[in-house]
Amino acid sequence: MLSRKSHRAFVLLALLLALFLLTFADAGRYRAGRAAALQQNEQIVAQLGLTDLCLFTEARYTRHPSQADLQSAFQDHPLAFEHFPSGSLLPPPRNLTAAYENLDRKTKSAD
Amino acid sequence: MKTWIARQKALIDFTLSSLARRKLKNLGLLLVYTVIVFLLASVMLYTHALRHEAAQVLKNSPEVIVQRMVAGRHDLIPPGYLEKLGRIRGVQNKEGRLWGYFYDNVVSANYTLMAPSPEEHGFGRVADGTIVIGAAVARERGLVPGNLISFRSYTGKLFVFTVAAVLPHEAELVSADLLLLSEADFRAFFEISAGYYNDIALSVANPQEVRNIAGKISETLPDARIILREEVLRTYESIFNWREGIVLVLLSGSILAFTIFAWEKASGLSAEEKREIGILKAIGWETGDVLKMKLWEGALVSLTAFLLGYVVAYFHVFHFSAALFEPVLKGWSVLYPRFELVPVVDGFQIATLFFFTVFPYTVATIVPIWRAAITDPDAVMRG
Repeated sequence: MLSRKSHRAFVLLALLLALFLLTFADAGRYRAGRAAALQQNEQIVAQLGLTDLCLFTEARYTRHPSQADLQSAFQDHPLAFEHFPSGSLLPPPRNLTAAYENLDRKTKSAD
Repeated sequence: MKTWIARQKALIDFTLSSLARRKLKNLGLLLVYTVIVFLLASVMLYTHALRHEAAQVLKNSPEVIVQRMVAGRHDLIPPGYLEKLGRIRGVQNKEGRLWGYFYDNVVSANYTLMAPSPEEHGFGRVADGTIVIGAAVARERGLVPGNLISFRSYTGKLFVFTVAAVLPHEAELVSADLLLLSEADFRAFFEISAGYYNDIALSVANPQEVRNIAGKISETLPDARIILREEVLRTYESIFNWREGIVLVLLSGSILAFTIFAWEKASGLSAEEKREIGILKAIGWETGDVLKMKLWEGALVSLTAFLLGYVVAYFHVFHFSAALFEPVLKGWSVLYPRFELVPVVDGFQIATLFFFTVFPYTVATIVPIWRAAITDPDAVMRG
């Protein structure tokens, strides 16, 4: 049956496709197995009132990026650069990247 | 139909033989193609799962946090603020929170210290003189329940605590560096007087009113900085988007190199390939057959690379903890949390990856062949 090259190619593709579909089944099975742990995490967050993930612990603005004040990365002296390497993996503050509101359609009187 | 199938099989046989004649070059292409799909799929699967997990876990974080700012810095909440907030209509619960950071010289790591409210948390009440620690702290300091641990506070006093419990390993993503103390111990350790808090957590009766209540809070307490839960969630969304972007930028060099390589391979026909097409046309193949043959070539190579790359990426991310990208996407620190991500696979993302990897290559193989196939066989063979 596998004497022809096309048959061998189809078998290989079918095998890869089966593995591809298997990843979805595996994800479902794994998710069900981890449901209890995830619920436990949710409970801890609710009970302790946690606000951030514990990913970088070296500075307060990387340990609690959602809570740190905007100046905390440059706290050492005026014009200081922030010096923790993980800071480069945090996005710049929203106001630096946000587009300005388009006001021309909202203003009532012309400038 | 049978004839059609037999015809396609014959074309595939011929295509594979043709590929086998340039085995090394084609295997090299397949390998590089697979690696590119693997890298892209790994980044995509990892960030999507991490983003999903963050959103899932942090949806239970406090609805509103009120901080006090002095000269642009986070300051303690003085007595009286809690009462003022309690008078705002719509505020259901209010709780002063006590938390802070402590640098431990022994392992050169920062801990997050917290005094949970005794009635709410689920690990039993943290009694005075005892401490509940995160799993990463226990690992770094080699502690088990019952051990003693001492810290020298910022004022120079030595405090000794008994480890009452270790937080579960499964919760490391949110609690790896936590130390939970009683309120009295926390206040003594940081010398925070009674009535002062680090910030205030509020819950709101009607979630639709959160923004209005935030407005009222900033009117009542002009020095307050208000952080809503939706902002916390948005922060994490943007952090992981940013990191995904950084990794993709780092990968972009290799992606571009592959694009040039694949384009060159697919679109620039070698003299040998041109001669092959000329001979095929001369012995009676139609232009359509040549195109179909090359279509099969493109489809077989790109499909194999896509499926193989994706499957390997899935196992890399969810069964081998994404060893290649972990430090960049997750973060790094002395107290590195160990956690397993729950696989969340987004069909739309896979479709996008499929479209941007399989489709361009297949098209790139077709166009030059079509050009060669419509010209006169004699001219093609002569080159």
